[in-house]
Amino acid sequence: MSSPEKPTDQPCCGGCHGETPKGPYKPSRRDFLLAFGLGLNAVAGALIGIPILGYALSSVAKKYNLRPVSLGPVDKFPEGTTRLASYDNPYKVKWDGGMAEIPCWVRRVKGNEFQVFAINCTHLGCPVRWFEESKLFMCPCHGGAFYEDGSHASGPPPRGLYTYQYEVKNGELFIDAGFQFTLATEKV
Amino acid sequence: MIDKARNAFLWLDARLHISELWEHTAGHHIPKKSASWFYVFGSATLLCLVIQIITGSLLAFAYVPSGAEAYTTLEYLTYEQPLGWLLRGIHYWGSNLMVTIMLLHMTQVYLFGAYKYPREITWVSGVILMIVTLGLAFTGQVMRFDEDAYWGIGIGAAIAGRTPIVGQQVVQLMLGGPIIGAETLSRFFSLHVFILPGTILALLALHLRMVLTKGINEYPEPGVLVNRETYDAHYANILKNDGMPFAPYGIWKDLVAGAVVLTLIVVCALVFGPKGPIGEPDPTQIDTVPRPDFFFMWIFAVAALMPDYMETVALLVGPVIGIVFLLAVPFFNNTGEKHWSRRPVAVMTVVLLYVSLGILSWLGIVSPWSPDMAAWRKDPTPKEYLEGRTPLELQGALVIQQKQCRNCHAIDGIGGQRGPDLAEVGTRLTAPQLVRQVVQGGGNMPAYGKNLSPYEVDAVVAYMVSLRPKGVPAARDSTLPATPPPTVEKAASTEGHDAHQG
Repeated sequence: MSSPEKPTDQPCCGGCHGETPKGPYKPSRRDFLLAFGLGLNAVAGALIGIPILGYALSSVAKKYNLRPVSLGPVDKFPEGTTRLASYDNPYKVKWDGGMAEIPCWVRRVKGNEFQVFAINCTHLGCPVRWFEESKLFMCPCHGGAFYEDGSHASGPPPRGLYTYQYEVKNGELFIDAGFQFTLATEKV
Repeated sequence: MIDKARNAFLWLDARLHISELWEHTAGHHIPKKSASWFYVFGSATLLCLVIQIITGSLLAFAYVPSGAEAYTTLEYLTYEQPLGWLLRGIHYWGSNLMVTIMLLHMTQVYLFGAYKYPREITWVSGVILMIVTLGLAFTGQVMRFDEDAYWGIGIGAAIAGRTPIVGQQVVQLMLGGPIIGAETLSRFFSLHVFILPGTILALLALHLRMVLTKGINEYPEPGVLVNRETYDAHYANILKNDGMPFAPYGIWKDLVAGAVVLTLIVVCALVFGPKGPIGEPDPTQIDTVPRPDFFFMWIFAVAALMPDYMETVALLVGPVIGIVFLLAVPFFNNTGEKHWSRRPVAVMTVVLLYVSLGILSWLGIVSPWSPDMAAWRKDPTPKEYLEGRTPLELQGALVIQQKQCRNCHAIDGIGGQRGPDLAEVGTRLTAPQLVRQVVQGGGNMPAYGKNLSPYEVDAVVAYMVSLRPKGVPAARDSTLPATPPPTVEKAASTEGHDAHQG
């Protein structure tokens, strides 16, 4: 290490900066080797960087689809009522624990005519609760309220409740599920 | 003997260059006046970070970041692991104090003009440190994986989902899949224990290097202006004529403050204990009232009070504007006066900010906008609002209870706070106005027309007209010819009924 008090005539680091360039710039062997080393690392960096980015962004790139899940026999839902049901998240993994069971509100209008609402308030995703007597869904976070058909009643939510696509097959109620419902979710 | 020890030190020093390192770091010179009690908040924040790293690493001995296990291991940490509850408490209170003291540090730096030339990068790195610290606070509240954490992630996803065009992509990046699951917890864990702490240490290195190379801000004096041409010489002059090494002469106040902060953390942990965990992160347990930790309470309040048309913009663009503004402070306000007494705008900004944050946080804790979900079952109707009523009015009181009106409407302060208190509603609205309000809703009230029979509407309105302080007449339709005011005694007993007839 050289200290400022003792200036030395010797060029630092083996003379690379010692010679002042004269005349027009001529690429030297050293410049070439530096560029070569940098280029090699750029290629190697891409080689390792692409899989790293691919891994980190895999949940964005992967195509997820809504999948049909059963909510059980339609008899569970008497006509004219709205009841809490739940289903197994079709994308669940073993270590999800209790998180894999997702709740939703099922309203049987009449016969095979249903409305299946997501539990998440359309404002900021808190779980809405059904009040049978006043026929309202109320949200505990910012006071959003929805009518029994899911339409917006009052409060800050920007739209009515998210609804699942449903199908009745052999007396069983199926819905298309697998997504966290937000304002960005399509087809809800 | 002493000689031998001295020789041993010199031998080590010749190899490790400890004294040289000391001279350039702890022993660097500071202006004497800067060894002030106002300058202890930075080192106190750093101390909190050290405590967080130590206790966090130890909590990870037992914590398992798995959707199925996290809650169980939290309970184990709190109730079975020896001293686990205390370490959880220290980690929780350490984080509260870290955020608080960091804000105090930032406020002091701002009011003392320390961000001005040549310490712009010190400020900028500090702003980024603040963002990362808040990131640690948010991800930390997810580590306490209970029902609040689960729904907290849901709120985060709902905000992310408001991003234009790429909303779904942002949600999936945040959740690690299309829906909240085990992978969500794992990535928040990675952020909380690897990525963000690593980032904070790297930024801290830059922040502290700036403090060493550009020096600690001199204690500002009114009238001494910062000038880019002369400042460096001015500061060198202060160090030369009125400087001293930070250690050992200037450090004692930091040491005292550090001891106070440490004691405060431990005492809070001992007295108040750790926070939660409350109920299990089971989405089917919807009987829950999700609330954030206190540093995010003001955002929770903003989300409730914002008009809906500007909500998406405020939630997504607001933070960006705030951060850009903070980052830009040293560049549009680079020179001039440093002392707070000559910077009224700066002082007003700080006061306004703290008053707003304080009020919003308080509103968030009270959250008057949330319906009281159980009010209709548990809240009594005060006796004086039932006595001497007609059967129809009493029926109205029952309907109000049964149809959950009380979840949003208090009677004499008891019940939800969302809508107006019903105890005085009869003095403001006439019977026809009340009918209209109940049937059609409006002004943030749902319409009950499809859900109440005409008889029930009559009963509810009759009851509400009768609800008013003693001696105050019912509201009258101003288009009708004025009638002489009835005597006070009769007003209470008859007018409600008359109004219902009309």
